[in-house]
Amino acid sequence: MASSTLNESKQLATWYFTFAFILFGAQLLFGLVAAIQYVMPGFLFEILDFSVARTLHINALVVWMVFAMFGSVYWLLPDETGIDTVGIKIGKLLYWIFVAAIAVVVLVYIFVQVGPADETTIWFIMEGREYIEAPRWADFGIVVVALGFVANLFLTGIKGKQTGIVTVLMADMIAFAGLYLAGMFFTDNISVDQYWWWWVIHLWVEATWEVFVGAIAAYGLITMIGAHRKVVEMWLWIEVAMLFGSGILGMGHHYFWIGTPEYWWEIGALFSALEPLPLVAMFVHVLYDWGKTQGAEMNAEHTDEDSVRSVIQNKPAFTWFVFNAFGNFLGAGVWGFFHTLPQVNLYTHGTQFTSAHGHLAFFGAYATILIGMMYIAVQGKNNIKVMNNTKSSIWAVSLIVGGVMGMTVALTIAGYVQVLVSRAQMGATWAGYFDGQAGMWFAQGMDWRLIMGVVTFLGFLLLAKDLLTTGKNPVHER
Amino acid sequence: MANRSVWSDNRFWQRSAAWVTGFAAILLIWLTFDTSMQISMGSDEDLKNGVTKRVPGPTVINYKITYEMDAKRGHEVPVIGEKELFFGRDDWSEEEAGALLHLGKLGSQAKNCMNCHTLLGNGAYYAPDLTKAWLDPAWGPEGSLQAMTGKPTKEEAMAEFLQHPSQYPTHERMMPNLGITAEEAKGLVAFLKHMSSIDTNGFPRNFGKIKGAVHGK
Ligand code: HEM
Ligand code: HEM
Ligand SMILES: [Fe+2]
Repeated sequence: MASSTLNESKQLATWYFTFAFILFGAQLLFGLVAAIQYVMPGFLFEILDFSVARTLHINALVVWMVFAMFGSVYWLLPDETGIDTVGIKIGKLLYWIFVAAIAVVVLVYIFVQVGPADETTIWFIMEGREYIEAPRWADFGIVVVALGFVANLFLTGIKGKQTGIVTVLMADMIAFAGLYLAGMFFTDNISVDQYWWWWVIHLWVEATWEVFVGAIAAYGLITMIGAHRKVVEMWLWIEVAMLFGSGILGMGHHYFWIGTPEYWWEIGALFSALEPLPLVAMFVHVLYDWGKTQGAEMNAEHTDEDSVRSVIQNKPAFTWFVFNAFGNFLGAGVWGFFHTLPQVNLYTHGTQFTSAHGHLAFFGAYATILIGMMYIAVQGKNNIKVMNNTKSSIWAVSLIVGGVMGMTVALTIAGYVQVLVSRAQMGATWAGYFDGQAGMWFAQGMDWRLIMGVVTFLGFLLLAKDLLTTGKNPVHER
Repeated sequence: MANRSVWSDNRFWQRSAAWVTGFAAILLIWLTFDTSMQISMGSDEDLKNGVTKRVPGPTVINYKITYEMDAKRGHEVPVIGEKELFFGRDDWSEEEAGALLHLGKLGSQAKNCMNCHTLLGNGAYYAPDLTKAWLDPAWGPEGSLQAMTGKPTKEEAMAEFLQHPSQYPTHERMMPNLGITAEEAKGLVAFLKHMSSIDTNGFPRNFGKIKGAVHGK
C-alpha cells in the first residue's frame, strides 16, 4: 500500500534493489560452493565444477552491484532534479529485458557450462574472460539497457535541476557504460586481450565506480544527516579530481607482467600508490561532516541534555555508509597498497593475496554503500521519518562485516604461505603450486575462509529478514 | 559572503576535476598507442631474422623456448632458440600456426580456463599459473607429468592430459573433463607454448629453476 505513494522512478529503483539483493544471495551461495571445493575437492566434481561456481560467484557480484547502482540513481534522481524521471516507462521495460537476459545467461552457465572452441561459444555460451564472461549476445543487450539508463539520467538531468551530484553522475555513468565496449572483442593475442580487459575491470572499480560511490555518499550525507550541500559537493569535486587523477593511470599496476613494456612499472607504481589518498579523504569527509552537523545540533538551544537529538535520519543506512568509508579505505586503500608496487607484486600477483584484497575491496567499497541505499529505499517506501536500528539490522551488519573481515584475514594468511612457498621458494611451477597449497597454514586458511563465509551468509539471511520486515516495525519515527 | 576563497569555490574544483581527468585520460591514450605497437604480434620474418618481439608470432611453435636470466635486465626472459619439432613438425607455416593459435585461444575462453587457472597471472587461484606452463620441468623429458601420460613428447603429453584430465590425477584437487577434442588440445598446447614465449618482464620469478628447495636439499 505504502509503495503506491512512491513516484515511478523510485518504484523502479525498488525493483532494481530487489533483484540485486536476490543476486547477492546467489553470489554468496556459489561462493560457498567454490570455498567448499577448496576444502573438499570432490564436491560436485564434474557436475558443477569450481570454474562454474566461481563464474557464477563473480558474475552475480558484478551484476548485482550494477543493478543496485542503477537502482540508486533511479532513487535519487527525483530528489536531486526535482522532477519526475524522463522516459521512465522505457526504463521499466529495459529492466525486464535486463532481468530476462540475466536469467538466460545464468541458466546457460549452469547447464551448458562450456562449449566447443569456436565463435559460437563466444557468442552464445561464454566468453571465458574473468568478470565479463557473459556471451557476446548478452553484451549487446547490456549495452542497450545501459544506453537506456544513461538516456533516462541525461534527459532528466538536463530538464530538471542539475545539481553537482547529478552532473558528476552524468559524466561518470557515460564513462562507466562506454568502458564496457573495451571488453567486447576477441583477439588471439593474449597480451592485447588482457590490456583491454583491464580497461573494463580496473577503470570500473578504481575509477568510475569509486566516483559513483563519492556521489552516493554525498547524496547520503545530505539526506541522512542534513549536511550542507555546498560543502558536500565541493568535497565531491575534490574526490573526483583525486580519484580520476590517480585511478586512470594507476591502471599501470596491472601492466607489470602481461607482456606490456617496463615503463608501466614506474607509472603503475606511482599513480596507484596515490590511489589510497582519495579514499582517506572520503573517510575523513564522511566522519567530519557527521561531527559537524551533530555538533551544530548540540550547540543549538536545548532545555536539557537529553533533548539533544541524533542528526542521523536513518541509522542502519548510516551504519553501512560509515562501514563503506572505512571498508573502502581498508580493502582498496590498505590491502590494495600492500601489493601495488612491482617489487611486491612480482611475488603476490595472482595469489590468494589478490583474492583477499578483491574480497575486502569489493565488499568495503561497494557492497556496504549499496546495502545502505537499500535501507534508504525501505525508509522512503514506508514513509519513515527517522529510521532506527532493529536487533536484526545490528546482527546483520555485525555478522556480514565480521564474516568478510574473517575471510580476508584467512585469505591473507593463505596468500602469505603461497607467496613464500610457491613463489619465492619454488618458482611458481606446477609442483611449487601444489606444495604451497598443501601447507598447513594454507589449508587452515581455506578452512577458516569457509567458516567465515558461512558467518557472512547467516548475516545475509538476517539482512534479508530485516530489509523485508523493518519497514513495518514500530521502533521508527513516522 | 565576505570571505570568499578559491579553495571553497565549487567552480574551481569542478574545473580542476575536469582538467585532471582529461590530462590523465590523454596520457593513457597516448601510452596505449605506444604499448599497442610494442605488444602487437611479431611475424615469421621476425623470428627468422632474430628480431625480438615482446609477443612473438605464432610460428614460434617451431622453435625451442627457454627462460634465461638476462644480466642486463636483472630477471629472466624467454629466449627463442633453435628449431624444435612440435607435433612432429618444425615447418608450421604462418597460416597453419596462426590457425592453431586461434583455435587454442578460442578454446581457452570456451573452456573457461581462466576461472580455475591464472594466465599471465590473472584469473583464478584454484590451479597452477599457466603463463610458463610450457616450460614447466614436470612436462619435460624427465618430468613426472610427461611420464604419467606415457607420451614420448611434451606436446603430446600435454594434449593427452587436456583431453582426459581426470584420468591423470596428481593431487586430490583435479582438473575436470571439459570435452576437449584432440584437435582442440593441439590448439591449446600451441597457445600455451606461444604464451610462454611472451616477454613478461620476469614474471614468474625463478620459474622452474629451483628443484627440491622445500623437500630437503
Ligand atoms: C574499490 C576499489 C577496488 C576494488 C573493488 C579492487 C578489486 C580488485 C580485484 C577484484 C582484483 C583481482 C582482479 C583479478 O581477479 O585478477 C584486484 C587486483 C589488484 N588491485 Fe585492486 N581493487 C580496488 C582498488 C585498488 C587500489 C586502490 C589499489 C592500489 C592501491 C589496488 C591494487 C590492486 C593490485 C596491485 C591488483 C593486482 C593483484 C595481482 O597482481 O594479482 N586495488 N583489485
Ligand atoms: C559467503 C561468502 C563468500 C565466499 C565463501 C566466497 C568465496 C570465494 C571463492 C572460493 C572465490 C574464488 C577465489 C579463487 O579463485 O581462488 C571467490 C572469488 C571472489 N569473490 Fe568471493 N566469496 C564470498 C563472498 C564474497 C563477497 C561478499 C564479495 C564481494 C562483495 C566477494 C567477491 C569476490 C571476488 C571479487 C572474487 C574474485 C577474486 C580474485 O580473482 O582475486 N566474495 N570468492
Ligand atoms: Fe587496479
